[in-house]
Amino acid sequence: MPNDRTTIATLGCVLGGAALLAGLNLVAPAGSAAHVPDFAISLIGKYLCYAILALAVDLVWGYVGILTLGHAAFFALGGYAMGMYLMREIGARGVYANPTLPDFMIFIGWNKLPWYWYGFDHFWFALVMALMVPGVLAWVFGWFAFRSRVSGVYFSIITQALTYALLLAFFRNDMGFGGNNGMTDFKDILSFPLDRESTSVGLMLITAVVLSAAFLLARAITGSRLGKVLVAVRDAEARTRFLGYRPESYKLAVWVVSAVIAGVGGALYVPQVGIINPSEFSPGNSIEAVIWVAVGGRGTLAGAILGAVAVNLGKTWLTNALPEIWLFAFGGLFVLVTLFLPRGIIGLFSVRLPSATADRKSAAAEAAVREVAG
Amino acid sequence: MTEGPLLYLDRVSVSFDGFRALNELSLALEPGEMRAVIGPNGSGKTTMMDVITGKTKPDAGRVVFGDDTDLTRLDEPAIARLGVGRKFQRPTVFEPLSVRDNVLLALNGDRSPRFALWARETPDERARLEEILLTIRLGAERDRRAADLSHGQKQWLEIGMLLAQEPRLLLVDEPVAGMTDAETVATADLLREINRTRSVMVVEHDMAFVRALAVKVTVLHEGGVLAEGSIDDVQNDHRVIEVYLGR
Repeated sequence: MPNDRTTIATLGCVLGGAALLAGLNLVAPAGSAAHVPDFAISLIGKYLCYAILALAVDLVWGYVGILTLGHAAFFALGGYAMGMYLMREIGARGVYANPTLPDFMIFIGWNKLPWYWYGFDHFWFALVMALMVPGVLAWVFGWFAFRSRVSGVYFSIITQALTYALLLAFFRNDMGFGGNNGMTDFKDILSFPLDRESTSVGLMLITAVVLSAAFLLARAITGSRLGKVLVAVRDAEARTRFLGYRPESYKLAVWVVSAVIAGVGGALYVPQVGIINPSEFSPGNSIEAVIWVAVGGRGTLAGAILGAVAVNLGKTWLTNALPEIWLFAFGGLFVLVTLFLPRGIIGLFSVRLPSATADRKSAAAEAAVREVAG
Repeated sequence: MTEGPLLYLDRVSVSFDGFRALNELSLALEPGEMRAVIGPNGSGKTTMMDVITGKTKPDAGRVVFGDDTDLTRLDEPAIARLGVGRKFQRPTVFEPLSVRDNVLLALNGDRSPRFALWARETPDERARLEEILLTIRLGAERDRRAADLSHGQKQWLEIGMLLAQEPRLLLVDEPVAGMTDAETVATADLLREINRTRSVMVVEHDMAFVRALAVKVTVLHEGGVLAEGSIDDVQNDHRVIEVYLGR
């Protein structure tokens, strides 16, 4: 269990690191060794969004044992909500210069804005939708799945199916979300031009703050009595049921919170990368997020953040240097971490030798007891 | 309040793929009674526990708890909240949590996620916790992870969790399996202590242990009651001897 020291260290790293990089970008003169280039700022912003997604995955996988292989769906839905706002914000500056209809709708011959696009000209509305849509979908999906006691690998498979179904749906032009190409060519957010560097610095800093808030929320949940029940459900679900708990309502509550966190991550992601398209729903993305968590250290929250940033740094570097080996390296990393670092990178920092020895001792004692008794 | 039995199984039948696990089983347990249930493997002991606690739904029959609650209509958490505690054959405790937290989660109270999110430990909870830790003789181990306990200590911790639930009826499945002789004796004492305030039903294989409990015994065979009475009566019953020693 993370203690208060790791909480402070994590917040310090996220907020301090983001502020430092922002400062070096704005203050240090371009060309000096200390200058952080603009592209690096948007990259960091992107990694921090991934860290929010990883946090959401760790909350359900690490603490309740729900192996989700579809969390990128919630991330992408949050992203689409934000993308719809950014599309409408373009207004008459599009290629077809239509003040209400986004270019892609005119391109497919629509002449009226579909009802589900109403309201997305307001930023607050898009923000509410970025939380609500993933939350409601997670609630409906979870309600059915947890009530019928679907768990383990079966649950994982249907989460993959969920994200794949959404991928296919969003590919369709007549869904009205830009089809294959998705949405792009955004101009500005709340009147701040997206191509200006101060905007990217601002977005990156906001992402760091939101990540910290999500981290604190997750810490509050896992540190409460609810968090203890979650661990109890993870390790001995039947026992909790015979104690009078309804594991399905606990799972559902955390599942929905986690989906909302993922949605927020997606909403912050889209203005920083400048595009959202159906490939964000691809099943591989969700699996990648699980691997970030495994690499960083499952069930530690801080490890999820660390894993997301570290793996994506590696990915950026390797896909530039040796693009063809990235997937092999990624797969290899997962295998190595599973074999040699079961507690992830974070496990290297908090070596708990005494308890590990105690584990072995008690196992030996237990074996002895069994031998005597048997 | 009528002074009827606390638990009444009324011609309960359960089949699994054509195999009759329970065959019109009828059984009554008085309030405050401790009952030992014995029987050869496959006689329906565990299925009976499953039916009482809501894990298995019977094909026919009723299970009446207290005045007139039919348990067959309820699920496990609802039955647990009514006051039926169940101890599994293999000790099941929450291994990563401390001994104290294990008992804390079991303390009778609100079971909703919303309550759990905001719950703070109250002085009353602390007092009940300490009392239970004392009863199950794990006071010194309160801050250890449950995973680090010995097999016998885990059994007691689980019994402590059931006490924390404040059940009216405690179902105990083979409590002394895998225990040392000293632990077995201590467990018999513990069950007798528990029985001072609540009804207990013990399923057990160990005849010496059942004898030590010195309570009324029910013998199950092929999903029904074969014999009922004191341990001596039962052990001298020719049908019981036949079932246990083979024909």
